[in-house]
Amino acid sequence: MLDLTRLSAAELSELLTDREVSSVEVTQAHLDRIAAVDGEVHAFLHVSEAALAAAASIDAARGDGTPLGPLAGVPVAIKDVLCTHDMPSTAGSRILEGWVPPYDATPVARLRAAGLVPLGKTNMDEFAMGSSTEYSAYGPTRNPWDLDRIPGGSGGGSAAAVAAFEAPLALGSDTGGSIRQPGAVTGTVGVKPTYGGVSRYGAIALASSLDQVGPVTRTVLDAALLHDIVGGHDPRDSTSLPDAWPSFAAAAREGILAESLRGVRVGVVKELDSPGFQAGVTQRFHEALELLTSAGAEIVEVSAPHFEYAVAAYYLILPAEASSNLAKFDSVRFGLRVAPPGGGTVEQVMAATREAGFGPEVKRRVILGTYALSAGYYDAYYGSAQQVRTLIQRDFAAAFERADVLVSPAAPTTAFRIGEKVDDPLAMYLNDVTTIPANLAGVPGMALPMGLAPEDGLPTGFQLMAPARQDARLYRIGATLERLLGERHGAILDGAPVLA
Amino acid sequence: MSEITRETVEHLAELARIALSAEEIETLTGQLDAIVESVAKVAEVATPDVPATSHPIAMANVTRPDVPGATLTPEEALAGAPESDGSRFVVSAILGEEQ
Repeated sequence: MLDLTRLSAAELSELLTDREVSSVEVTQAHLDRIAAVDGEVHAFLHVSEAALAAAASIDAARGDGTPLGPLAGVPVAIKDVLCTHDMPSTAGSRILEGWVPPYDATPVARLRAAGLVPLGKTNMDEFAMGSSTEYSAYGPTRNPWDLDRIPGGSGGGSAAAVAAFEAPLALGSDTGGSIRQPGAVTGTVGVKPTYGGVSRYGAIALASSLDQVGPVTRTVLDAALLHDIVGGHDPRDSTSLPDAWPSFAAAAREGILAESLRGVRVGVVKELDSPGFQAGVTQRFHEALELLTSAGAEIVEVSAPHFEYAVAAYYLILPAEASSNLAKFDSVRFGLRVAPPGGGTVEQVMAATREAGFGPEVKRRVILGTYALSAGYYDAYYGSAQQVRTLIQRDFAAAFERADVLVSPAAPTTAFRIGEKVDDPLAMYLNDVTTIPANLAGVPGMALPMGLAPEDGLPTGFQLMAPARQDARLYRIGATLERLLGERHGAILDGAPVLA
Repeated sequence: MSEITRETVEHLAELARIALSAEEIETLTGQLDAIVESVAKVAEVATPDVPATSHPIAMANVTRPDVPGATLTPEEALAGAPESDGSRFVVSAILGEEQ
């Protein structure tokens, strides 16, 4: 019998459109899979009770001949950073436990309008601060490839849900790599769109000049189909770009069919070409470059001399913005309220609430951000970091004069063990060395699986970056590379443990 | 270089309104010192001739027509509050006894 959880969203779309399966059947298959494996994986914080009803209404609409979009009836998981009016939205934090927002985030509203079926909310590092999902207040998510290992972060729940066939599609958010690094270590595809390409309205803000919402999937085409639905201008987000975007699905399909990559200049960023990276990551990266060459692409080496300052700049800008954004958790309008023993002033209640409601990494970054913004240090830290941001943008601009896309490994290692880095913040921060530059410059980035590392049999990820607004280029070239890699390695998730 | 002292962290915690425990202050003092030392390298290349970038893709004066749209009802706005009296958020005393 056909296992509906093993199909891509594009394949499910065809079966649904041809009425060979119903959305209720597809949704039930995924709910069954969640019931069977999520006790071990813990990708979900909340499973929707309304999923089957939503699926039934799509089936009814299809029965009535109502015109439906390409992914209508396909289930989707939603990172818990996005507000949903009918499910709790906690951002992985105790301070928002049980909070049900009064409205949907724009990407969620667009999913619903397109007929997709929300399956539930996925686990994440608290307020998206982390690279392992270990900082979730609700316990870690486990990597479906090895349950003793991390699924990446902050969006480990979305990546693990898709890798464990609990959902064909998920939404994530990427501030410094939180879509792409989990993609790399779980063998899934993740895209951080151009800054402003997808509305951030209703996405609980971490660092507003860096955050982007994007797709988490098992194929490049599925990511493009999801991006087409959630992207585009939203007047409710003042950083939302007013651009008219091309069809990303059309770009992906073009890439799938492309006979060659002749004329494409692929820039290998020297500074990200595996300095001290795991040997198997470096090996798979160089093999992928050979595949690109054999398909006719021209490989050029480019230098981005300021990328080595990216992590430092990021860990000043992000905490500064986060400490401001998280000021709204003040025990007044939503979430937890904890009074100190014997009561206290509103200020004391606020401090006791934040002490009880925030976890260790959130406290660390809020204190660090407060320091970076405090009188006497502002210019030396936050100001300098913003100057580095300019230098990194200039590096990108120079590199993109010589190359159409820039490439690197998507993460320096395969998945590490749960507990290995949780008490060493600096070691944890270096997991995002390859992904942070794109956030600082606002350019789009994609991670796609490039095979298993020979030494540990775990997934490795390839990163593509394009100039701002050129997301379609990622889908076109990414889909060609995915096909070439598939011819060599097969679909790598077919090799993952079955779990149930 | 040990720039971050226990007193610094205590002061920052007060500014950030987090009632950290003595143990947390201890741990954070050491960790913050290491982090600050590591991120301070931004100063190496941030010379005065380099302008600052606050947003990756600059947009200026994003406005919308000043017309009323859909808004939350008072009930919806107050639904998630820890304490409300039906039309307002309820907070504890703003001023302490000595004030």
